[in-house]
Amino acid sequence: MTAAPIDAVRREDVEALFFEEAALLDAWRLDDWLGLLTDDARYLVPPNDVPDGDPRDTLFTIADDIRRIRGRVKRLNSAEAHAESPRSRTRRMVSNVRIVERAGDELVAEANFIVYRFRRDERIGEYVGRYRYRLRSTGEGLRIAERRAVLDCEELGGLGSVSFIL
Amino acid sequence: MDRPFIVDEPDKERFRLNRRVLVDPEILEMEHRRIFDRCWIYLGHDSEIPGNGDFRTRNVAGRPVLLVRDAEGGVRAFLNTCRHRGTMVCREREGNRTRFTCLYHGWTYDNRGTLTHVPGEEAYGGAFDKADFSLTEVPALEEYRGFRFVHFGDDPEPLADYLAGAKEYLDLVVDQSPSARLEIVSGTQEYDIRANWKLLVENSFDDYHLHATHSTYLEYMKDSGVSVRLPKGLMMPAPGVGRSLGNGHAVVDNVNFRGRPVAAWIPLYGEEAKPEIEAIRAELVARLGEERARRVADTNRNLVVFPNLVINDGSAVTVRTFWPTAVDRMRVTAWALGPVEESETSRARRLDSFLTFYGPGGLATPDDVEALELVQGGLATWRETEWSEISRGMNKTGEQLNTDELHLRTFWRRWNALMTGGDPA
Repeated sequence: MTAAPIDAVRREDVEALFFEEAALLDAWRLDDWLGLLTDDARYLVPPNDVPDGDPRDTLFTIADDIRRIRGRVKRLNSAEAHAESPRSRTRRMVSNVRIVERAGDELVAEANFIVYRFRRDERIGEYVGRYRYRLRSTGEGLRIAERRAVLDCEELGGLGSVSFIL
Repeated sequence: MDRPFIVDEPDKERFRLNRRVLVDPEILEMEHRRIFDRCWIYLGHDSEIPGNGDFRTRNVAGRPVLLVRDAEGGVRAFLNTCRHRGTMVCREREGNRTRFTCLYHGWTYDNRGTLTHVPGEEAYGGAFDKADFSLTEVPALEEYRGFRFVHFGDDPEPLADYLAGAKEYLDLVVDQSPSARLEIVSGTQEYDIRANWKLLVENSFDDYHLHATHSTYLEYMKDSGVSVRLPKGLMMPAPGVGRSLGNGHAVVDNVNFRGRPVAAWIPLYGEEAKPEIEAIRAELVARLGEERARRVADTNRNLVVFPNLVINDGSAVTVRTFWPTAVDRMRVTAWALGPVEESETSRARRLDSFLTFYGPGGLATPDDVEALELVQGGLATWRETEWSEISRGMNKTGEQLNTDELHLRTFWRRWNALMTGGDPA
C-alpha cells in the first residue's frame, strides 16, 4: 500500500484514528496502541503553567521519545507498575476534531478530550483538555508522529499523577 | 501527653514512630505553630525574579506570599494581603509590575510595598497616614546562594546557621555552574498526594524502597544499558551513605550509577552527547580540581532541608517542596534547576533525564505516590497498630548506608524535639 496524499485525508479519517486509539487505550491494549505510532513518535504532556512550551527548555509532565514510550508501555504491562496496578479504569470522550495544518506527508489535527479516570472504588477525576496531533500518511495508513495532550486545569492538583497514557 | 511521638532507644537498637503523628489533625495544627512557624521555609529561587519589577506569588507556610524584585533590584517578600481589608492584592502567578492595585477598593502599592494611592483619601481622618499602610513584609527573608527562605517566628537564627551541614550540599549543586549561577527552568509540576506530608520527607531519601517500589524504572535503565546489578551486601546498585547534617537536615550521598547531566554519561544520553559531557567534565576539573570535580560529578545527593525542602541532585537537579493541605493530603511543587550557561542541548538532556524518573508522569514518582497513599490508607488502623519501625542501621557503629535509616531518624528526632519543646539539637 502506498501512502495516501495528505490532501486526500478527510476529517472522518482522523476521527476514525482518534476513536480507534481511544478504544485501545481504554481497553489497555497498549501493544496494539504502539502500532498506531510512527517509529519516531513523541508523546507530550506539557506542564499546566506552560501549555505551549517546548520540552527542550521547559520541564514537562511527560515528554517521551519513542524509546521512552515503548519503555512506558513495557512498564505499564507489568504488574510492578504499582501506580497502575490494579489499573485505572478510563473512559475517553474525543470530540471537536479539526484538521488545522497540512504540509508534506503530515497534517496537524486538534481535538478536545475528557478522560474519566476511576481507581480503587473512587472517582479520581476528569482530565479535560485538548489534543494536538501530528499525523503522517504512511503505507500502513495514517500514523501518529506526535501526540500532545494539553490539560486545561491550572495545576494537576487533585488529579495526582498521569500514570496512564493520557 | 499520653504516648510519646517517638521511641528512641539507641542502646536497645530501637526506633519507633507513633503512627498517630501521621493521622491526627491535632498534630497538624501543632505542626503549623511549632514546625512551620519556627523554621526557615523555602520560598523560591532568586532566578525566578531576574529583572526589576518581576514577581511571583506563592503559598508558603500557609500564607499567600508575593516575592518581588523591586525597582532598585532588591528582593522582597510581602504578605499578599491588602492593608485595607485583607484582599489578596496580586492574583497572577508571575509577571512584572511597578505597582499592585487591589481590585476591591483600588488601594495601590508600588513594588517596594509602599502605599501610593488611596481613592477618596480625604474621607479618612487626620491621623490617617499612607506610610502606616505599606504591604507587610514577611518577618524574615534570607537567601543562601540563591535559595531564598522565609521565617515567620520570633528572633530566628541566621539562615546560614540554620542550614548547618546542608550548606555543603547546596554548594555542590552551585558548583555545577561555571559562574556559580543556577536558574529554575520554566515549567512547574504541581500535584497532590493523599498522604501526610512527612511521608514524602521520608520517601525522598529512603533508598531502602528502591528495589521493591521502582523495579520497572530499574528495568528501563537496565534495558538502556545501565548496570543495576546489586553488589554483594548492598541494596542499591552503587554504594552510598546516609548522613545527618544538623538541625534535622539530612542527606543520602551516593556513588552515581544512573547518569548525571553534570557530568557522567550513560547510554540513554546518546553517543552524540559524549563530547559535550566530556567538555562539561573538563571544565569542572579545570575550575575545581580533579577531586572536587569527582565529588560534584560522580555522586548523587538527595538532600532534605528541614522541614519541607527536598533537593535531589542526581539524574537532574530537582527542587521540591510540599505543604500539608490536610493531615492526609499534601500539595507538591517541583521544579528543575540548571546552570544558567547550559547549552540548549545540555538543557534538553537535563530535562529529559529528569522526566525518566521524576514527576507525576515519570516512570518512578507515580509509584512513590501510590506507596505513600497506601501507607496513609493503612494508617487508618493506627489505634490498633500504633508503631512504625525505623531502626535500620542502629545495630552498627560508624557510617550508615543509604539503605539504613539514620537520615530518616534525623528528621524525626528534630521534628519530635520541636513538637515536644525539648532541646532541638
